[in-house]
Amino acid sequence: MSIDIDTARRVASLARIRVEEDALPELAQDFNAVLGFIEQLTEVDVEGVEPMTSVTPQRLKRRVDEVTDGNQQAKILKNAPDAREGFFAVPKVVE
Amino acid sequence: MTDLNTLTLAAARDGLRKGDFTSSDLTEACLTSISGAGKLNAFVHDTSEQAREQAKAADARIAAGDAPNMCGLPIGVKDVFATKGQPTQAASYILDGFKPEYESTITSKLFGAGAVMLGKLNMDEFAMGSSNENSVYGPAINPWKVDDRDLTPGGSSGGSAAAVAADLCLAATGTDTGGSIRQPAAFTGTVGIKPTYGRCSRWGVVAYASSLDQAGPMTKTVRDAAIMLEAMAGHDAKDSTSADLAVPDFEAMITGDIKGKKIGIPKEYRIDGIPDEIAKLWDDGAAMLRDAGAEVVDVTLPHTQYALPAYYVIAPAEASSNLARYDGVRYGHRAKIGAGDGIDDMYEKTRAEGFGREVQRRIMIGTYVLSAGFYDAYYNRARKVRTLIKRDFEQVFATGVDAILAPTTPSAAFGIGEVTGKDPVEMYLNDVFTVTLNLAGLPGISVPTGLSSTGLPLGLQLIGRPWEEGDLLNIAHSLEQSAGFVSKPGKWW
Repeated sequence: MSIDIDTARRVASLARIRVEEDALPELAQDFNAVLGFIEQLTEVDVEGVEPMTSVTPQRLKRRVDEVTDGNQQAKILKNAPDAREGFFAVPKVVE
Repeated sequence: MTDLNTLTLAAARDGLRKGDFTSSDLTEACLTSISGAGKLNAFVHDTSEQAREQAKAADARIAAGDAPNMCGLPIGVKDVFATKGQPTQAASYILDGFKPEYESTITSKLFGAGAVMLGKLNMDEFAMGSSNENSVYGPAINPWKVDDRDLTPGGSSGGSAAAVAADLCLAATGTDTGGSIRQPAAFTGTVGIKPTYGRCSRWGVVAYASSLDQAGPMTKTVRDAAIMLEAMAGHDAKDSTSADLAVPDFEAMITGDIKGKKIGIPKEYRIDGIPDEIAKLWDDGAAMLRDAGAEVVDVTLPHTQYALPAYYVIAPAEASSNLARYDGVRYGHRAKIGAGDGIDDMYEKTRAEGFGREVQRRIMIGTYVLSAGFYDAYYNRARKVRTLIKRDFEQVFATGVDAILAPTTPSAAFGIGEVTGKDPVEMYLNDVFTVTLNLAGLPGISVPTGLSSTGLPLGLQLIGRPWEEGDLLNIAHSLEQSAGFVSKPGKWW
């Protein structure tokens, strides 16, 4: 499997990372180096093996479904790059 | 009198209780050594004001006779732990200026036990790396040196390792996703333990790969690792993968007696091209354990060679999901956007500016292996291989093996800039001996046992059964005593 420039462009866009056109060939090359390494996994016989979901066999704990937290608007907004009137502010998303 | 910053946790604890010195004395000694060690670039955020207050409070507790083991002991904290009101940016520009409104469970527990935080420690960005070179602060430097080159302290917990080795703090916190505690410990002649997955809460630890990440102590001795791990470990309702198990008195489990323990030597770790001095270190370690009364047996872990490739599917996949939160909206850096730019432009520019090259690479690899059409071929296959890797260990432990002995790293510390990153896989190979444990969720500890031909520290790794860190620490202590590693880096900084 070899990654071409179009695939590199598509992956960068899916990952929401801006990669300029002239940087795409090097990125594709990076991907190919790592994927070439990962490719070894195809040698392993995984017939009938369950994919791991949890490394330690444990049931996730349950708790009562109730409000235990909240009313921390100021703290939540404290680190925001742009907070206005109690909200996170972002560029216009609706025309 | 010995410089107080060079003390072990155990010696400092005992000295505090006897009234030989105060926590404020200890803290000032460490702060002085930190201020003279700028060249190591280990401490990246100064929290000395908080440290002095914590030391004063600890001295009051000690005077009142209410002193848990960690009370008054000055430590460094890896920049990956959220610390309330203090900079926390996991060595990333994307978290520039971030000061959490909350405290991680690990630091809460340590502070509750009276520990003093001297400052935040350098690391690879988002804990991705094996040399501390992927850091917005620039690389941390190993206090060990053999010529005029600056050497890496390893990574990702490179600042933690450098700080402990250079006696800037008595101990430090680290995190380990593929070897990030054990490899830096080996490169700096210090001790580092990655506990069983679920032993330490991940709440408030900036996430890299959640199914692999685990916090642990980095210390000067095995006894210190036992003392500090006990203070860090325990169930936390805020981390659903945290184990609801009692935390034993790890220090009390260090008895010095390992008679009858069965130690496995995995043949698959004798990889092609393993340097003679690493092979010899390993053989010597096995002989030391045998001389101490353990039985040494050969074991097989047949899927070992597939651990690194499986890791480089699973960890990036989880990272691509975990790091989706850095979008320039809620915290950290936001790129300046142009007129007419929409929200996607804002996300893309923010993430391109905020993440370093290796982090971007891993996010995108993860995005690729999770994307439609490749999920089964890569991600699901890697998770199946992970099941097989864990089964390998279970089969070995089922034969009565108590711990497995292997090298921690395939080499001693290398120079800054020597593993260039042109081929990312070259750097990944540093974790060839450590990454298997993360995939299997097992505890592992690196103990310094010798010096390389050039005079750099080398470490051996012991791998234990799940939840049996106490037994593992006892065996590690025996190895430490037999090896008698006492070398320290000469001060040049």
